[in-house]
Amino acid sequence: MNDKKVESSKLRVEGQKTDAPFVPVSVSQLSTLNPQPQFSPGQRAWQRFRRNRFAVISAWYLVFLLLAIITWPAILKITGGSFAQIHNPNQLSDAQFAPPGVQYWFGTDVHGRDVFSRILYGAQISLLVGIVGAGVSLVIGVLWGAIAGYVGGRVDSAMMRVVDVLYSLPTIIFVIVLITTLGEMLKQTHFVGSSPALARALRVALLFVGLGAVSWLTMARIVRGQVLSLRTRAFVEASRALGGGPVRILARHIIPNVFGVVITYLALTVPAIILYESFLSYLGLGVQPPMASWGTLIAEGVGQINPIRIYWWLIAFPGGVLVTTLLALNFLGDGLRDAWDVKSRA
Amino acid sequence: MAIFQRARRIFSRARFCFGTAGVFFLCGVILLSGCLRREAPADLTIINGGEPESLDPAIVTGQVEIRAVRGLFEGLTRLDPKNARSIPGLAESWEISPDGRVYTFHLRPNLTWSTGEPITAGDVVYSWVRALNPATASGYAGLLFYLKNARDFNAGKIKDTSLVGVQALDQFTVRVDLDQPTAFFPDVCAMPVAGVVPRQTIEKQGDRWLMAKPLPVSGPYELVYWRLNDKIRLRKNPRYWDAVNTQSKIIDLLPVGSPNTALNLYECGQADIVWDKELVPGQLLDVLIRRPDFHAFSYLGDYFIRFNVTRKPFDDPRVRRAFALAIDKERIVKKISRAGEQPASHIVPDGTAHYTSPEGLGHDPERARKLLAEAGYPGGRGFPRFEYVFSAPASGGDKLHENIAIELQQMWHDELGIQMDLRQLEAKIFYTVQAHLDFDLSRSSWTGDYDDANTFLDLFTSDDGNNRTGWKNAQYDELIGRANREPDLKAREKFFQQAETILVRDELPIIPLYFYVGINYYDTNKIQGIYPNILDCHPLQAIHKIKTGE
Amino acid sequence: MYFLRRILFAVPLLLVISALAFALVHLAPGGPFDRERAPASPEIERALKAKYHLGEPVWKQYCRYLGDLAHGDFGVSLKYRNHTVNDIIAQGLPVSMLLGALAFGFAMGVGLPVGFFTAARRGRWPDYAGSFLATLAVCVPGFVVAPLLILFFSIKWKLLPVGLWETPWHMILPPVALGLFFAGKVARLFREGMLSAMQSEFVTAARAKGLGENRLLLRHAFRIAVLPVVSYSGPMLADLLTGSFVIENIFQIPGIGVFLVNSSLNRDYTVVVSLSLLYAMLLIGMNLVVDFAYTRLDPRVKYE
Repeated sequence: MNDKKVESSKLRVEGQKTDAPFVPVSVSQLSTLNPQPQFSPGQRAWQRFRRNRFAVISAWYLVFLLLAIITWPAILKITGGSFAQIHNPNQLSDAQFAPPGVQYWFGTDVHGRDVFSRILYGAQISLLVGIVGAGVSLVIGVLWGAIAGYVGGRVDSAMMRVVDVLYSLPTIIFVIVLITTLGEMLKQTHFVGSSPALARALRVALLFVGLGAVSWLTMARIVRGQVLSLRTRAFVEASRALGGGPVRILARHIIPNVFGVVITYLALTVPAIILYESFLSYLGLGVQPPMASWGTLIAEGVGQINPIRIYWWLIAFPGGVLVTTLLALNFLGDGLRDAWDVKSRA
Repeated sequence: MAIFQRARRIFSRARFCFGTAGVFFLCGVILLSGCLRREAPADLTIINGGEPESLDPAIVTGQVEIRAVRGLFEGLTRLDPKNARSIPGLAESWEISPDGRVYTFHLRPNLTWSTGEPITAGDVVYSWVRALNPATASGYAGLLFYLKNARDFNAGKIKDTSLVGVQALDQFTVRVDLDQPTAFFPDVCAMPVAGVVPRQTIEKQGDRWLMAKPLPVSGPYELVYWRLNDKIRLRKNPRYWDAVNTQSKIIDLLPVGSPNTALNLYECGQADIVWDKELVPGQLLDVLIRRPDFHAFSYLGDYFIRFNVTRKPFDDPRVRRAFALAIDKERIVKKISRAGEQPASHIVPDGTAHYTSPEGLGHDPERARKLLAEAGYPGGRGFPRFEYVFSAPASGGDKLHENIAIELQQMWHDELGIQMDLRQLEAKIFYTVQAHLDFDLSRSSWTGDYDDANTFLDLFTSDDGNNRTGWKNAQYDELIGRANREPDLKAREKFFQQAETILVRDELPIIPLYFYVGINYYDTNKIQGIYPNILDCHPLQAIHKIKTGE
Repeated sequence: MYFLRRILFAVPLLLVISALAFALVHLAPGGPFDRERAPASPEIERALKAKYHLGEPVWKQYCRYLGDLAHGDFGVSLKYRNHTVNDIIAQGLPVSMLLGALAFGFAMGVGLPVGFFTAARRGRWPDYAGSFLATLAVCVPGFVVAPLLILFFSIKWKLLPVGLWETPWHMILPPVALGLFFAGKVARLFREGMLSAMQSEFVTAARAKGLGENRLLLRHAFRIAVLPVVSYSGPMLADLLTGSFVIENIFQIPGIGVFLVNSSLNRDYTVVVSLSLLYAMLLIGMNLVVDFAYTRLDPRVKYE
């Protein structure tokens, strides 16, 4: 509540300093008054963000992670020799199930591959999956929900029924059909069929699209709910009274106000998508071996949990990195929401 | 002070919230637990593998189903628990004609169904004809093709059942006419497809006959209930001809899909026996093998790689031989499968009755490289990229196929300089791909149906549906055909050996990797009546659990 | 009136869903009878297909399915050929519903208070701790939580059974493992809702009127704050009540969650379509309840 104190007693006339407690001014002079240093909303948001410790730590962590992901392959290429060979994520060795040590920082798996390296390479896939998938779900979901909630009536009914229909279709079969049928169709075209590398890239791309396509539905529902509440509010009435058309109202009033819930939910969608990808890998539909993603690494690691002997590094490190990254994404999302949301200043 | 009051009020409100939800939780549990039946614990709880697809003996093909069905329905012969050889079952004796083509089985007197009606020779004929009827769509009908006219009847070319080579001479005598002498025919009679099923119930209820209560059974156990994904409960059938030797009264079969869950249930005493190869957590094998309650034994099955010989460059046997010579099978067996399997250079497992396999190709990377160069790809240059397909494991299952694939990829890259891509396919897609020869290399396996070399070797004849390599070799077909017409076991073995030599030394449409090892876990101090044998067949009626205090 | 219309609309909606599901599952490559071993003769394959009418054009099969459905017959499972889909649902649905109800109770019972606390104590350490735990609950996948819970509670400390679903003791770990994720989500959504409600005009007005903080929070803000949670409850309940594949697989619980996934993988057409229909019916029902609750909670919301 502290920074709300408006320093109304220190009105300053431009160019003049005065100690007088109150200077009556006329309306025409209002525009020349400069009560306090003006920051743009963006700058203010940035300042608020900086004050949120968790968000800042998370941001730094994510930056660090991204740097690590980008530079690691380069490091391996530069150092070459045995270092590169040991840390090659696809290099099999005889050091099966080695615990973390000097040579293999995070230990090795059943094939003697370096877990540390596999985590970094797997991060590429997982983060891409999460970001692209969440992006797709954001765009479709927000638009769909906002339009449905704002327009209301039969359009709302119809749009939400479509959401219901799509929601009740089993996602697994949808993903299977999408990936295999579309994949087959694309393979037939000469463009793709001639290049196996392109075919592989396309298979991964289809995975992203598929995941995004099944994730936008709940976002739409939540946005629609919020919009239903919002559209009866005074400021929306006011905007309409001032002659604003539906698109303008949607864009400038409704959507920014659902932003808070959307960001929070988005921050919950990215982990959901990454986790769904790991579930798909569990069923054999996700990323192709020997490519790794965090999901496949964790699925492998979970198989290690048993009452007899646990190779703890196979679950602790991939799991730890995944959880930390997702936590960071969440706190970042929270921080952004708190920074931007006009009304949540406490 | 005010802070305290506020805190208390907040806590009380929160407790209210938490409390109501908690009460909801507990009420639900208590109320609905009252609805649960309290039932007697079983004498024996066995984790059998996954959920059986069906308990109809005529149509089942999987090991899981066969183990359960063998407890319910019996045939003319059954398998000895100690060595899995066929011994008299519903038939007490039989005669074989000198040319080996006519069997006359004599049923025991006083056989009855569990519901009291007599079991007659007519029931046997009905059951076999039903299994051969194309409308029943039996997966194992092929086993009965040794009967005269059976193949044609199954293919729909003949409609008259009296032409099929099985007849009831009178109430207790069954006469079987075979196309050619088949030394292992009594073993075939012990298979569930030849089991005797209740005509009276099937004619009345059609496909729902297994849901009939009571269900007439011809085997040592009756079906109490069958709850999907929950359990199958069996109870001793007092009217079984050998009921006096049935050891356990109530047996529960649990369907568990995930190896870790199976291990957990076993370790915590909720299951007595776990017997399914798929249910052993692969990464723990090296520890488990050393425990006294883990029993590993050779088993009539192997793991191999299939080539698609209709695709270049795998149409060249030199390429295939090079691939085989470049694999270090010891390493795969030691590092990946780790159950103490034997690396395989031939396809018929060691220990198969009446047969010793010829030696196939070993591990010789130098020779492999020479062969590859001869075929036109020195050092792997110019060799096209190709794909190795394998199926995804069931959820929670072991990633054995993937792990082997990764090792193979590395081996062929290091030794031969070629690049292989891996392709993991969902199970159904994998089967479709195999059936349509839409692959380059594929992982494969085969389990023998009966203890004879033929069950492995006839797979690769030119028009066998399970060939799936596109390989057609007239000489091979000729040898197999001659072997099967030969009544003398020694001469038969020679033909098979010649055929197998073509298969695993010269042509190699497949590369054998290793022979399966079955693993069961149970405590030998508590469980009696299980004996390791090559078919991994452990009749339920022989198993007995010693209860504490006995 | 509005709700009556919604219920009437549900019927054609369910038809559309069944048609889509039917088409979708037939599009996927592979069939229910493809297996590792080839059938003994092509005649068998033909007979099998004919028996289950798989050779007919898809629309014809669909009409046949609808015809059976009109008699309350969901068809025979193509994988478990001795069981009808009615058998499967009758056996599995009650179990899954119980599991789901318990998990829902856990999710609400833990999520709502945590969300409330973190909003009420915003910016201070209970907020940080609570938010952290809620986020953590959402970040750890179910197939990691479940084995870990089993490892500690069942194996190491031997407090609870390892799996199966027989006595009340068996019913503690699975709902917790299932509900943890949703508890985290509920906590986050409720916190967000509370924060936005606390800033709204009428709460400011009530505060200005001099209402005590707690009364304010609970009586006025709660109804508005819980809206996002209520929105989310519809699909959440439908998901929970149809069981969870991961939990049922790991704890070996005989619900229908396992069927929902496996039927797709097995191309068990009848089961896939029937379970989709079931799920759709539950979902539509839950959404109706949710929308109704909306009008009760926020009087400003009106449906035309």
